Amino acid sequence: MPMTCDWKNSVLKRSIENLGNRTLQGVWRIGFAARFFVAVLLHSGTAFRRFGLTIREMYFTGVLSLIIILVSGLFVGMVLGLQGYETLQTYGAEEALGILVALSLVRELGPVVAALLFASRAGSAITAEIGLMKATEQLSAMEMMAVDPIARVVAPRFWAGVISMPLLAALFSAMGIFGGYLVGVQLIGVDEGAFWSQMKSAVDLERDILNGVIKSVVFGVAITTIALFEGYDAPPTAEGVSGATTRTVVASSLAVLALDFVLTAFMFRGLN
Amino acid sequence: MNKTVLDLWVGLFVIAGVAALLFLALKVGSTSVVSVANSYEVVARFDNIGGLKPRAPIKSAGVVVGRVADIRFDNETFEAAVTLRLDNRYAFPKDTAAAIMTSGLLGEQYIGLEAGGDSQMLKDQDRIFITQSAVVLENLIGRFMYGQAQEGAPQ
Repeated sequence: MPMTCDWKNSVLKRSIENLGNRTLQGVWRIGFAARFFVAVLLHSGTAFRRFGLTIREMYFTGVLSLIIILVSGLFVGMVLGLQGYETLQTYGAEEALGILVALSLVRELGPVVAALLFASRAGSAITAEIGLMKATEQLSAMEMMAVDPIARVVAPRFWAGVISMPLLAALFSAMGIFGGYLVGVQLIGVDEGAFWSQMKSAVDLERDILNGVIKSVVFGVAITTIALFEGYDAPPTAEGVSGATTRTVVASSLAVLALDFVLTAFMFRGLN
Repeated sequence: MNKTVLDLWVGLFVIAGVAALLFLALKVGSTSVVSVANSYEVVARFDNIGGLKPRAPIKSAGVVVGRVADIRFDNETFEAAVTLRLDNRYAFPKDTAAAIMTSGLLGEQYIGLEAGGDSQMLKDQDRIFITQSAVVLENLIGRFMYGQAQEGAPQ
């Protein structure tokens, strides 16, 4: 059979069409997401005027994430204490354990791991809730009653996430340092005074702690925006909502890790 | 869920989060930057600063009295011009000596100030004239090897 025949139905043509279609869809979604983000910011007045709405959402995103954040923080800190001690003792620098635990938590692990947990614990819930509200036409019903769903539903969730995220990251770091203290000082027997004083002299308020807080705020904005957008954009079917929830977790985890690299490059490169 | 109970939980959450931030700020971290308002700057020139970096501590008698604000290369004298930002609470005589030291064998480098006996005190933008460069380990080893070789050589 000659190769030239039947170009219209060939696999190659279809796959090229498919690729172009997917690219267009992707660009369209990015544009819509940007417009959605601006709309949320413009409508955030309601989130502060009726702060009760935001507080209610903070309960669902922040308070209910506490358990997983605190427990993981404790364990991450304890593992850091054990592993750090193993390596440091070969150089006779066990006292630097406090520095290792505190710097890795405050700079990186606190914001990043708390954000990853937040994305899977709270982000997925936000997407599922809004996607289901859309599927059951609650959002259209609000529009019928002249209530803007972006102002009433989306903006409070956005601000609740942005406020909760740095608090959760700080709790994670504090809990992790406590875990490192438990293992390093109480279990292994590193000198307590050296542990705290070396930590204090090495961790800088501005360079380390403030940058960690900035990171967690940025992660909070990214995660809640992705989660809200995926929910708002989800096809109003059972598969659509489940697919959107999956995409939220994958996309926001990747966004957190990529943003972390960019922020770290900005924050810690020019120093020294 | 009762509205007030919910508010209470969120309040507790916010208080815990702020407490964690305070714990990090007060117990874990410390500000290393001496604020510009409460400090004065003096300049010291060194032949070789080794691995000294901006924000390195300045210690006198082992106590941190300031931070290195800036390090520049002076293209006329071919020396390193180091700006020291010292806390206003501490005044040093004019003939104070500055030396670049290393904490521990491989630790970070800092500037040690040895107070002199002058009755005049250092003021803002003054210069420290007596300086001692960093000890470069390679030079030291080189000199030691050279000395050993000379000792062992048959006369």
